[in-house]
Amino acid sequence: MNRGNSRHLLRHIYRARGIARRYFITNGFDGALTMLGLLAGFYTSGTVSLAVAINACLGAAIALFMSGISSAYLSESAERKKELQELEQAVLRDLEDSDHGQASRYVPVMVALVNGLSPLLLSLLIISPLWFARQGFFPDFSPFAAAIIIALAVIFLLGIFLGRVSRTFWLWSGLRSLAVALLTLMIILFFNSGQ
Amino acid sequence: MAAIRKLVLDVLKPHQPNALEFAAALADQGPDYRVRLTVTEMDEKTESTIIVITGRDIEFEAIEEAIKRMGASLHSIDEVEVYGPSPA
Repeated sequence: MNRGNSRHLLRHIYRARGIARRYFITNGFDGALTMLGLLAGFYTSGTVSLAVAINACLGAAIALFMSGISSAYLSESAERKKELQELEQAVLRDLEDSDHGQASRYVPVMVALVNGLSPLLLSLLIISPLWFARQGFFPDFSPFAAAIIIALAVIFLLGIFLGRVSRTFWLWSGLRSLAVALLTLMIILFFNSGQ
Repeated sequence: MAAIRKLVLDVLKPHQPNALEFAAALADQGPDYRVRLTVTEMDEKTESTIIVITGRDIEFEAIEEAIKRMGASLHSIDEVEVYGPSPA
């Protein structure tokens, strides 16, 4: 019977995967573009030390993590509470102990974790060349250029993922996301070159 | 002790879990339970259903608990069939 209980609850959580996927892509894209902007700024200034760049990127990544977790939790739990109250009015009973009630507590946590962790983990991946460079690896290659290439690759992959979700041509979807990233990069380079 | 062999319940359930999942979860409550679920009315958020459960010894508390857990509400017990203990 316990297996049946958890199966129904898991089904509720499984139904929320679409929301989690949406949050993963939107906030992952946010994280990758923020890192791209920071890195492009550091790269063009040419005078920023690795330690400063790592700390600035890490600070931004942690801020994105906190903002992602709190905003998704607050909005999703408010939405779930409203849905639960409407359902309670329809069935004329308290649903706190039901699978619906439990799902309304667990789903916001799951969605918040996805929304917070996606920009954090993608940002850590993007700035990894800066860490490696600080440890003395790959001395012949600019860590900022490597990090920018990884950021562009991450954004391209997010686009491919989006294409798979919407069942459109994956390459077109990936290239469209990459175009947004390249446009951002060009705008940053344009403004920085004027200074 | 008397054994419940048949229950006819009037249940108001949300659309999720759907009729198939709901009936299957009730059938899971006992090894020989047979469940027939009929949707009699459909609303924006709920479905009125008549559920017929048959079995050798139906445990009503487990059925009631499963109904509550799935967010449904038991309106009434419309029919029962109960067998007394067989004479020794």
